[in-house]
Amino acid sequence: MILRRSSLAFAVITAVALSTPAHAALNVFACEPEWGALSTELGGSDVDVFAATTARQDPHQIQARPALISRLRNADVVVCTGAELEIGWMPVLLRQSSNGKVQPGSPGYFEATQQVRLLQVPTRLDRAEGDVHPQGNPHVQTDPRYMRVIAAALAKRFAELDPGHAAAYARRAKAFDDKLGQAIQRWQAQAAPLKGVNAVIYHKDWVYLFAWLGINEVATIEPKPGVPPGGAYLAQLLDEVPKRQAKLIVYAAYQDPRAPDFIADKTHIAAVMLPFTVGGSDAAKDLFGLYDDTIKRLLVGLGGNGG
Amino acid sequence: MERSVIKVAAWGLPLLLGAVAATPAAADELSDLRHDMQQMKQQYDGELQRLQKDYESKLQQMERRLKAAEDKAEAAQKAAAAQQQPTVAPPPPAVAAIPESQIAAPEPQIAAPQPPSAPPIAAGPGGTPSSAGAFNPAIGAVLEGQATSQSRNPNTYRLPGFALGDSAGPLPRGLSINESEINLNANVDQALYGNLTLAFEPDNTVGVEEGFIQSTSLPYGLTLRGGRFFSGVGYLNEQHAHTWDFADQALPYQAFLNTQYDDDGVQLRWLAPTSRFLEFGAEAFRGAAFPAGGDDNHNDGVGAWSGFVHTGDDIGDSVSYRVGLSYLHTAAKNRATDDVDGSGARVTDIFSGTDNTYIADGVFKWAPNGNFVERYLKLQGEFFLRQEQGAFNGVNFSGTTQTGFYAQGVYQFMPQWRLGLRYDQVHATSLGPGFAGTTLDNLASTPRRYSAMVDYSTSEFGRFRLQYENDHSRPQTAHEFILQYIVSIGAHGAHQY
Repeated sequence: MILRRSSLAFAVITAVALSTPAHAALNVFACEPEWGALSTELGGSDVDVFAATTARQDPHQIQARPALISRLRNADVVVCTGAELEIGWMPVLLRQSSNGKVQPGSPGYFEATQQVRLLQVPTRLDRAEGDVHPQGNPHVQTDPRYMRVIAAALAKRFAELDPGHAAAYARRAKAFDDKLGQAIQRWQAQAAPLKGVNAVIYHKDWVYLFAWLGINEVATIEPKPGVPPGGAYLAQLLDEVPKRQAKLIVYAAYQDPRAPDFIADKTHIAAVMLPFTVGGSDAAKDLFGLYDDTIKRLLVGLGGNGG
Repeated sequence: MERSVIKVAAWGLPLLLGAVAATPAAADELSDLRHDMQQMKQQYDGELQRLQKDYESKLQQMERRLKAAEDKAEAAQKAAAAQQQPTVAPPPPAVAAIPESQIAAPEPQIAAPQPPSAPPIAAGPGGTPSSAGAFNPAIGAVLEGQATSQSRNPNTYRLPGFALGDSAGPLPRGLSINESEINLNANVDQALYGNLTLAFEPDNTVGVEEGFIQSTSLPYGLTLRGGRFFSGVGYLNEQHAHTWDFADQALPYQAFLNTQYDDDGVQLRWLAPTSRFLEFGAEAFRGAAFPAGGDDNHNDGVGAWSGFVHTGDDIGDSVSYRVGLSYLHTAAKNRATDDVDGSGARVTDIFSGTDNTYIADGVFKWAPNGNFVERYLKLQGEFFLRQEQGAFNGVNFSGTTQTGFYAQGVYQFMPQWRLGLRYDQVHATSLGPGFAGTTLDNLASTPRRYSAMVDYSTSEFGRFRLQYENDHSRPQTAHEFILQYIVSIGAHGAHQY
């Protein structure tokens, strides 16, 4: 009996030991794909990146899956959007992860929205207004200028957590910043025709992108943030969209295309699916591809040359 | 700052030169001069700091006023816009882009403040005034109520072969509220987390449903919890009633655990350092909850204990699952339950003895690309086996075996709308003629139910549900319709898997 028990214990320990992931310098748990991509840019081979969600998933509504608990258990650093985007799933995961290193407030917990000034900070907090974020609109990754600021802060954090590779993080951060800085010039030139264009959006995902490129948001397909549109609301929207002189209907890869397509079909305005994050389209393989493809798709939608 | 340095230099330099130009013999004078200079410098620094502080506080005041004015203007603008355009979502006030130089959140000001050129567009952290309520825990409330129509009287309900705890059985007839929950939770400090759930019962009593503290920073993936809490056995045991997919609890949970095993105790969990989810847990309880309970004479203070293991993972992007095995040992001494016996009479049964309950549970979720907004499917089931021995109303029996299981599926076919089907059953082996006519008489039946539900969610905080039950769990078939609402207000914690 004793023998059997000890051999069972041995089997369990062996199984655990064998399935423990290979040790890299920093285990990064990225809440969304864009932060996974950014971590890879800054960390290269010094980090082992796990992205908790994909571009096809609504980051507001993620299940606190068992796999995420165990990944969080082994993480050295968590890189999330913050501003309550992950309020529906991260708190329970963090509590179940039994990992003191990555709890909010510790160096291993990084929120991108803490590094930048947020837009659309609500003046009225009431759930009757839908899914509002008290600290402001969290979708900062859609503006590469925000990404630059966040990248600098994240590289600093990586260096703090993994001082042995501090020089490498600084070097990669510099290279990334230079490359992104140049690309921003190029994107701004390409996107010139988008300035002043009126657009209908699905969800308030695009405030940073639009503020950057000078696009005006004139209506939302969701009657309130997070509330799916009903038939009566869509009918009203059909009346309203031409009056507002909208030229584009913009939605994200994770959103249901039926409502945007319906409006596009009735109003003859192009519905444009944007990747929203890395992996949202075939071309959005990394952060550069994300912004390249975003602008390209907007220009195509506008009937331009598509860059 | 720079200017004042220049000033110091302007004063200091001629003095210094003069001193050097004087005879080298005047060493005393030189040290005096040095001393004077030191003093002047200190005065200057003091004055500078005072000015700097003054400047800073004035600047902060200005920023606050500016923010307040901006907010007012924006609110007025919004109000005006709302009045002008009562139709579809008024175009939101244009969001002024933040100039690139101001994207970064302001650093805490260590250096002297910059001259107030462009005012910051968004207030940075630290702009909110402190208040006594700032450390209040997250507070949320869950409100539930229903209307039921039942073909048979719920007050004469019995489950042949089983003594039942006070929470088991059908919902009341007609209109009623269900228990209302208030939850408070927060980190206690750097090492502890605290959680209190009060349940306000429809009969105007208040109970502590959960009240526990939990470690947040133990090493090696360990979590220690103490207080009153739902045991980690099975899958549904830990889930609060408002997260259930049906209006009532599955039969095996009703029969074996009085809907949920909730007791005072301690729990240790260990999360293995694997990429696959693998968790082990052990618990020791006071033994006050059904199927334990009765006299409070457990000398060592432990009347129940449990062990469980859960594992789970993703299969691609679309599928995730969790499975588990649990064991719960409970001891009862003179436990009293109000039952309806085999002859239909109301009785109070007294049980002393032990129960060994084994549970196998599994849950499986599928959503296209793992996106749960549009459509998803959730399949779950649990199997129970219980061995009970002891004395029932003074009559000894040994080793009866009771089994039960449920299997259910819930499908969200479009946003906000879900359909669910459930089958549940329990079975008690016959205890022979010695127990004929008692509560434990199984009446040669296998109690079972068929349930179907459809629910509509106004948001993730509000849900309405219509449920039908074809109930063969009591000696005569019953039909039951339940129309239910469940809402949650205030802070609402994330749901477990």
